[in-house]
Amino acid sequence: MMKDFATVWSERGLLLSGLGNTVLLSLLAALAGLALGALLSTLLMSPKRALAVPAKVFVDAARCTPFLLFAYIVYYGLPSLGLQFDAWSAGLLALTIYHSAYMAEILRAAWVTQPRAPIEAGLAFGYSGFGLFRRVVLPPLALSSAPVLGNQVIQIIKDSAFLTIITLPELTNAVNSIQSRHFIPFAAFVTAVLLYWALCLVVEAGVSAVGRLADARR
Amino acid sequence: MPTLIPLLSIVSLSKSFGSLRVLEDISFNVQRGETVCLLGPSGSGKSTLLRCINWLERPDGGRVLLDSQPIGITSGGLVMSDQQLAQVRTRIGMVFQQFALWPHLTVLQNVMEAPVHVQRRPKDEVRAEAEALLRRVGLYDKRDAFPARLSGGQKQRVGIARALAMKPALMLFDEPTSALDPELVGEVLAVMRDLAREGMTMVVVTHEMAFAREAANRVVFMDRGVVVETGTPEQFFSAPGTERGRQFLQRYAEGRASLAA
Repeated sequence: MMKDFATVWSERGLLLSGLGNTVLLSLLAALAGLALGALLSTLLMSPKRALAVPAKVFVDAARCTPFLLFAYIVYYGLPSLGLQFDAWSAGLLALTIYHSAYMAEILRAAWVTQPRAPIEAGLAFGYSGFGLFRRVVLPPLALSSAPVLGNQVIQIIKDSAFLTIITLPELTNAVNSIQSRHFIPFAAFVTAVLLYWALCLVVEAGVSAVGRLADARR
Repeated sequence: MPTLIPLLSIVSLSKSFGSLRVLEDISFNVQRGETVCLLGPSGSGKSTLLRCINWLERPDGGRVLLDSQPIGITSGGLVMSDQQLAQVRTRIGMVFQQFALWPHLTVLQNVMEAPVHVQRRPKDEVRAEAEALLRRVGLYDKRDAFPARLSGGQKQRVGIARALAMKPALMLFDEPTSALDPELVGEVLAVMRDLAREGMTMVVVTHEMAFAREAANRVVFMDRGVVVETGTPEQFFSAPGTERGRQFLQRYAEGRASLAA
């Protein structure tokens, strides 16, 4: 058994590049998904039904679609509409858009419980439109929903594993290559699990750091 | 008497919430440097009127003029866009009953926020002014604290400094001491009294009769959505010109007596 792990270690270059792709992919998808989700949340909260209803339909539809299917549509389905992406771009796009729906719903849920007064003060002090959202509405929202947003980032990291099926060379893809090359499925997959776990611990540390910032402001 | 162009003119303002008429044909002027207190029983429409001045509530009819410029309506007679309205609002400072500080910003950041990000004034200049304002309201030592760590009275003094940092032509106070514990009311009123003395133009919705009596140039007494009477505090408090005014003052006096007993 130790020999199997030693074999995995001998493939550390491949493992590391897979891990690097997973980290980069998750990080970019988390940032872009949060930005897109924030925009979507403003649509969800809009008093104009023409904006709110389509946003709600998208958010509900995305949240009810299995991510694997969503990735299939982006990578295999969109080319028939003339939109062709390489695996990396398709994977990033799928992760970002899919999770922006969750981010939007998380921010919307926090938004409705925010006190109205500081937002009114923003209006009274000359903020309007996107400036009001970015400087007055969003910061307290992001702080108060940090734990839930952190959970969503963990979900992004786990969902990125599905992208192995669209040939994206991320961590799961790397360990799959290693196990099939050396016939050591147990050692290879357990290694991957430990690495995913380590990534989640990093995210959790980040969340508790943001939580301390939020506590000082509550 | 020379004709003065009032800083603030309210002309035939009306407002309804659904079928409930909360303001009816309200008209009065506020001259530069004047402190006007809006008095009246709860639900008389005072706060709604104040919020109609900067269009936080949209009036149904009538006009609000700041320096003869209409608020909320363009010179072409159209309702202003959000951006145009925002621009006008930067000239009017507002202090809220529930303080409404921005919770994610420190005291100093709260005061600097709108001058830097809305008025786009240079940050160094704004910082110096914000620090001076915080010294003035006695909270310079708390400049790096977050609002959550302050008492109500401290929060409201930050609220006043935040509004003054915009260098407004007019200050609106919406029941600034109503959410405070009784022992914290004094520190906020002291700051407001100083402002009034220094010639800031202020419209104050308040239940603090002693403050109105001492600091106001004029009081506007409202009941059930209409202005019942206006006058100097001396006139109103010693010899109200209407039956409703007299009853209001009597109820207030009885309330105080029962508290003391």
